[in-house]
Amino acid sequence: MSPPRPYTLVAELSYRCPLHCPYCSNPVDIGGDRYRAELETEHWTRVFREARALGVVQLALTGGEPMVRRDLDELVSAGRAADLYSTLVTAGTRLTRERAALLKAAGLDHVQVSIQSPDPEENDRIAGIRSFEKKIAAARAARELGFPLTINCVLHRQNLDRIEEILLLAEELGAQRLELANTQYYGWAVVNQEALLPTRAQLERGEEAVKRFRARVGPRITVLWVLPDYYEELPKPCMAGWGRSTIVVAPNGDVLPCQAASTIPNLALPNVRDRSLNWIWHEADAFTRFRGTEWMQEPCRSCPLGRQEQDWGGCRCQALRLAGDAAATDPVCRFSPYHGTVVAARESAQTDEFTYRTMRRPSRV
Amino acid sequence: MREEHLLLIPEGAVHLNETAAHVLELCDGKRSLEEIAAALSLRYSGADVADDVRELLEGMREHGLVVDVAA
Repeated sequence: MSPPRPYTLVAELSYRCPLHCPYCSNPVDIGGDRYRAELETEHWTRVFREARALGVVQLALTGGEPMVRRDLDELVSAGRAADLYSTLVTAGTRLTRERAALLKAAGLDHVQVSIQSPDPEENDRIAGIRSFEKKIAAARAARELGFPLTINCVLHRQNLDRIEEILLLAEELGAQRLELANTQYYGWAVVNQEALLPTRAQLERGEEAVKRFRARVGPRITVLWVLPDYYEELPKPCMAGWGRSTIVVAPNGDVLPCQAASTIPNLALPNVRDRSLNWIWHEADAFTRFRGTEWMQEPCRSCPLGRQEQDWGGCRCQALRLAGDAAATDPVCRFSPYHGTVVAARESAQTDEFTYRTMRRPSRV
Repeated sequence: MREEHLLLIPEGAVHLNETAAHVLELCDGKRSLEEIAAALSLRYSGADVADDVRELLEGMREHGLVVDVAA
């Protein structure tokens, strides 16, 4: 079997960020020593070239906040020179019209601006910093300069009820794409899970709103709606399968098959300072360990639905966290013996119902 | 690496077969659907490809990959 070919390089340029979002998928130890020494311009330039040679076509410049890098224009040029389609994934607070124009000149293809909520005060409360006005200005500047624009809003219990406003704001800003990704529980989101997990009723209303919007707007705006997999009965094909389509490079040069893989113990992470991306993709244990289907245990091994090559066993990080074994079936799967942990988390979030104060026998209203 | 046709879109890539790639090359914002079909027909020894071209472009329009500037 020929090895799969990667399509996307996720370049986490820096974990520094002016925002403090409680659902961030960055590792919880971003302040630690291991991430202090960021890669130099020359490292990234080489990584982009090596990625292209492996077959990569998409480059996501992300972080943290990629705009904290002083060499960002140079990095964008390097991506262009390597013939990669580049996306700047930014919180937007530093994307002035002047900066955006320079990035355009350097060859940036696409801009993705995050918002935390369509309500300015709520946005700033979730982000932990005043940022709403600058984000809106950034989105407008991107459109004025002719960039295709994606608005990204990570959804959770505290902003899901504003989904109609989010959709209208994206339309008003002239976005071509809207990413409504329900929080996935990695990194900081695990710490804040109880404050973030939505209710089923919220999700159902959200999904209906997206359907109505799609029917009205058509292909003019692509809306990506990602259900939190805690509400699924079968796992998602996490990262389209381990080591199958994506390479993530952390600010310090560590190379991972997904943004959360550093949580897996005993997974030695190769570093671009020591090895070529080609070697890492084909040979490194971090990429080969869960690639394909050979590593699978039961119930994946004899999956009654024959989904081994559809969901690739689901998410390894989630298996580790909920089943205690990164090689186990993702407990989102209803066939996993640990599926009860997912059901329990789901039920603990159904807080729409009050237990009213009473001196009699409690009654449900 | 073998030759392939990829249409790069924000955070995605669409694999195009040979014919789809030819049709897309002909989409220049000026040619009409009939002109695109006629130009493509020349590459396929005069076969009538109008229906196939219409179907292909309609599918791409529904996915937001092309826009009909005449509409």
